[in-house]
Amino acid sequence: MSRRAIRDLWRAGIVLVLVMMVPVMMALPGVVHAGDQISDEQARTLLEGLDASGFEAKGEAVERVAASTASQRERWLQALLEGRLARERRGDHFYIITDDGGREWPIIDAITLEDVGTGSRRTINTITINNTLRTQIEGALAAMSLTAGDVKARLAAARALVGTVDAISVARVEDTLAEEESLAVREQLETALALHRVQQGDVDALETLRGHLDTRVRNTLVPLAEGDGELASEARGVLAGIERKREWHQRVQTLFFGLSAGSILVLAAIGLAITFGVMGVINMAHGELIMLGAYSAWWLQQLLPGQPGLALILAIPFGFLVAAAFGIAIERSVIRFLKGRPLETLLATFGVSLILQQLVRTVFSPLNRAVASPEWLRGSWQVTEALSISYSRLAVLIFCLVVFAALWAVMRFTRLGLEVRAVTQNRDMARAMGVRAARVDMLTFGLGAGVAGLAGVALSQITNVGPNLGQNYIVDSFLVVVFGGVGNLWGTLVAGMTLGVLNQVLQPWVGAVLAKIVVLVGVILFIQKRPQGLFPPRGRVS
Amino acid sequence: MSQVCTGSSGAGGVRRSMGHLSDRTTMLTCAVLVSAAVLVVGLNLLPSDHALHVGDATVSLLGKYFCYMLLALAVDLIWGYLGILSLGHGAFFALGGYAMGLYLNAQGTNIDGWQAWLGHFPLMALAVVLAPGLLALVFGWLAFRSRVTGVYFSIITQAMTFALMLAFNRNEMGVGGSTGLTRFSELLGMPLNSHAMTVALFVASVLAVLLAFVICRMMTTSRLGRVCIATRDAEARTRFLGYRVEHVKLAVFVVSAVMAGIAGALYVPQVGIINPGSFAPLFSIEVVVWVALGGRATLFGALIGALVVNWLKTVLTTEMPDAWLFMLGGLFVVVTMALPQGIAGLAASMRRQKGGAVHE
Amino acid sequence: MSETLNRLRDMARPDRVFDFMVPDRSPVDVRHGPILYMEDVTVSFDGFRAIDRLNLTIDDGELRCIIGPNGAGKTTMMDIITGKTRPDSGQVWFGSRHNLLRLSEPEVASLGIGRKFQKPTVFEALTVFENLELAMAGDRRVWATFMARLDHEGRARLDEVLETIGLEAERDRRSGVLSHGQKQWLEIGMLLMQRPRLLLIDEPVAGMTEQEMHRTANLLNRLAGQQSVVVVEHDMGFVRSIARHVTVLHQGSVLAEGSMDAVAADSRVREVYLGAEEERHA
Repeated sequence: MSRRAIRDLWRAGIVLVLVMMVPVMMALPGVVHAGDQISDEQARTLLEGLDASGFEAKGEAVERVAASTASQRERWLQALLEGRLARERRGDHFYIITDDGGREWPIIDAITLEDVGTGSRRTINTITINNTLRTQIEGALAAMSLTAGDVKARLAAARALVGTVDAISVARVEDTLAEEESLAVREQLETALALHRVQQGDVDALETLRGHLDTRVRNTLVPLAEGDGELASEARGVLAGIERKREWHQRVQTLFFGLSAGSILVLAAIGLAITFGVMGVINMAHGELIMLGAYSAWWLQQLLPGQPGLALILAIPFGFLVAAAFGIAIERSVIRFLKGRPLETLLATFGVSLILQQLVRTVFSPLNRAVASPEWLRGSWQVTEALSISYSRLAVLIFCLVVFAALWAVMRFTRLGLEVRAVTQNRDMARAMGVRAARVDMLTFGLGAGVAGLAGVALSQITNVGPNLGQNYIVDSFLVVVFGGVGNLWGTLVAGMTLGVLNQVLQPWVGAVLAKIVVLVGVILFIQKRPQGLFPPRGRVS
Repeated sequence: MSQVCTGSSGAGGVRRSMGHLSDRTTMLTCAVLVSAAVLVVGLNLLPSDHALHVGDATVSLLGKYFCYMLLALAVDLIWGYLGILSLGHGAFFALGGYAMGLYLNAQGTNIDGWQAWLGHFPLMALAVVLAPGLLALVFGWLAFRSRVTGVYFSIITQAMTFALMLAFNRNEMGVGGSTGLTRFSELLGMPLNSHAMTVALFVASVLAVLLAFVICRMMTTSRLGRVCIATRDAEARTRFLGYRVEHVKLAVFVVSAVMAGIAGALYVPQVGIINPGSFAPLFSIEVVVWVALGGRATLFGALIGALVVNWLKTVLTTEMPDAWLFMLGGLFVVVTMALPQGIAGLAASMRRQKGGAVHE
Repeated sequence: MSETLNRLRDMARPDRVFDFMVPDRSPVDVRHGPILYMEDVTVSFDGFRAIDRLNLTIDDGELRCIIGPNGAGKTTMMDIITGKTRPDSGQVWFGSRHNLLRLSEPEVASLGIGRKFQKPTVFEALTVFENLELAMAGDRRVWATFMARLDHEGRARLDEVLETIGLEAERDRRSGVLSHGQKQWLEIGMLLMQRPRLLLIDEPVAGMTEQEMHRTANLLNRLAGQQSVVVVEHDMGFVRSIARHVTVLHQGSVLAEGSMDAVAADSRVREVYLGAEEERHA
């Protein structure tokens, strides 16, 4: 490999990686808050109230705790709710059990919150509660969060209030609403109040609930809508509106799922679109190059324990290079000797894929490995009650689009891209004009392989990493490329997204497996109808 | 000027430019097959403490090899002579196998519905032929009519078998889901694990290979065979001569699929199980390497290839299981790069060098 | 434009494949004169007139050479005759009964018009004999092909063609090992097996040795009389050696017609073609 060749490949790689770093560079710092202190003596008194005999007395004690300024009050109530607040059998220490599996429970002091060893059924007594008390504690905890400083916590608390507001707490909620500044929190509180009022028979309050997607709203309205009267008929109207809106949101959700599933297909296929579509090389080992990319991500994570985010970011260039190196090795050692014999290339590269699979099995393990997701890829963004977008899926979608854009830019604007297009269109002419076709082949293949590696890195966030990872994608990838029209990057994008969405749309009707079968058969039939794919290549000079 | 003859009405004898040689190949192959079968059955009849005794398990294993040889013949017919690389022949094999599996399943048990119909031997035999045959007919008709060729055809056949694998994995199909069909007891009133049954199935497999070989040989040495080769090497030109290339392809594809289906049907009672694994793309592509190793477009090469690779597989997967995939993968690479004509081609060139009589 | 239309038309009939183009005897009526008759044929591509009011008549059994500089419209003319290209206007008749403009490529072929393209394509894995056998007229259906046996008449016909193209000695050799010239003759032989009435041959001697050229000239001369033969050729020496009648095309229409000597003496021809040729050689 010449020096210039290496430089070109590096450049292509760097362009790809740089562009892809941007969306990854987002990490959110956490927020910590603290309350005022009270004395240990006051704290003990409060706790003793909770251990009073009789649930009514306990209920009063809960109110006292909630009204106090003790910094530990949330821990106490939470522990009480979960049956993990305990009192020493012989003495008046209070403990919180941190793990109640097994016989010896690790405990901490309820007041100092320090680790004090273990306790068991013989040494400590857990404080019991009943259902009424449970509801009360939940309400108190929610109300406590409502007045806490953090908007996030207040929002969560307000959300928890929906459907639980009763005659006792309504006044408190109204007070909080008057003081609340955050619009999102206000909205939740208003919903909670409106729901309460509707239950009391207030028809006007229904207006507030119109188009509200919360399942609790629906659950409350469904019994009200049965029967006659103004309230019932109004409620029916509101419910119908909610249903329509929910369906619409679910359609958006399906579209999103489809696009993210499609972007996985596109990622897996886009490298093939280059090696197969542009170069005409059938690389059955493409799936294994994806697998190698995924293993690169896994391996880096083993090297950098406890830093999944950093490992993932580093895995992007690393996975690219590992897969590209393997790809170039395959091109140099096998593919270039089989030029112009596509069926033989197919068989030989399939052999390579078997060897790579077994290599991974022997070197690592035949078992699947899980790659941890960094903090900022976990969880999801709850757009509305019926529409939630998980960060990992969103990240894959963005990653796919970025990779696509980068690849397109490489093909469009770099010297390598120009030479690739020249060689594709007229090999002899390009050679006559001084393009070293063999070198271009090698680099193009390296690029396609590297992109397969990137797909593997992305896949490691979606699914487990194992030796068979690649096999699951090879059939799909080829279909996507053929469906989109060979030699056409845009076609691959459109085809992958289309198949992804189609799959998701079909799934609720026929189930996941059958949906996949239907899509496969559909594509097979489509190819019969239009062997050139969605976007047939324009007349090629040869 | 003489009248133009119409081929079928001609009364003339069989002319062959490669005449006696091709007949010798046929006779030799048939002789080897028959004597191998007689030898195996004879050794099986020896007392079990005899040093040369071949046990029932070995007979079953050899029977399995013969089923694979039939499958390899099917692939060679379509790939070797027409240049159509099907990566989905495992699907036809598996369909034949499932037809047989359902038949065996229905023996001695009370099964309702459509599966009960397959409990009759003639209907099963019909299904063994029709299921793969019809699939090949519809699939091939669609593909060849719209001139899907080369790699594209390979890819969609692979997608086809993949889709079928997913379908047969579903429990709702009623064919055993991912475990497939197993625990068969009897065939035509005879217990499957009996000595006589084992030998009978082995002999049936050998006869099937023999018959298929002769039919393939007849096809490839007829004018149709030469049209196939013409299509493989210059499709447009063949079309220009007035041949309906897609009809030729379709006919050969269907014959090949039916052969694969029969192979599957014979395979199932000897192995005792059929599951969606036979639909796996890997299996179909493995068959291709048997043919490639043996030598394309020779027919007997396919038989040799299937035997050698599967024997290697049996030995390696028990002795050192890790090495098998390395071995298989290496075979793919080595055969395509260093041995494009396979074992048969190697043998031919060695013979030519030895004899020195080169005709070309 | 018309080419696009043609392609569209082709696409609309995906099942239309070159059908059996081999009847026993082409029902061409030549009692009233020429076997091929082109009148006022015009075709243009994107405004460029490739063929401009072309008139051409070929008599039954004639050997005609068509010469002309690059872009004179020779290949386009052949495309029109074989139905590959549709002209914008004009008439093309095969004998006095068949309007070629109404027929598709395989229909034209089945009437008995054989065309040999410039680049020879034979089935290299098959022997010379087998190549000719495949080209022989007969039932092309799958079962019939499977059952086909060569009878005495067929064998005689094959031997006759083998002799005509001078490849008797190569009969059982794989055609892949033939020389370039031999492949050209074999392909002409394959056309002859289909008993054409009119042979269109595109640059038969391109890439041939002097000796092969000589044999080709003999072959074509022998064919004339039994079939009508139209040869498009660049090589002046070769044309001179076979031509009784030469047509010079220039910018899509006939510039001159007559014996080779008469044509060569024509001043306009010298100017546009021969002159340029001689200058190049000078």
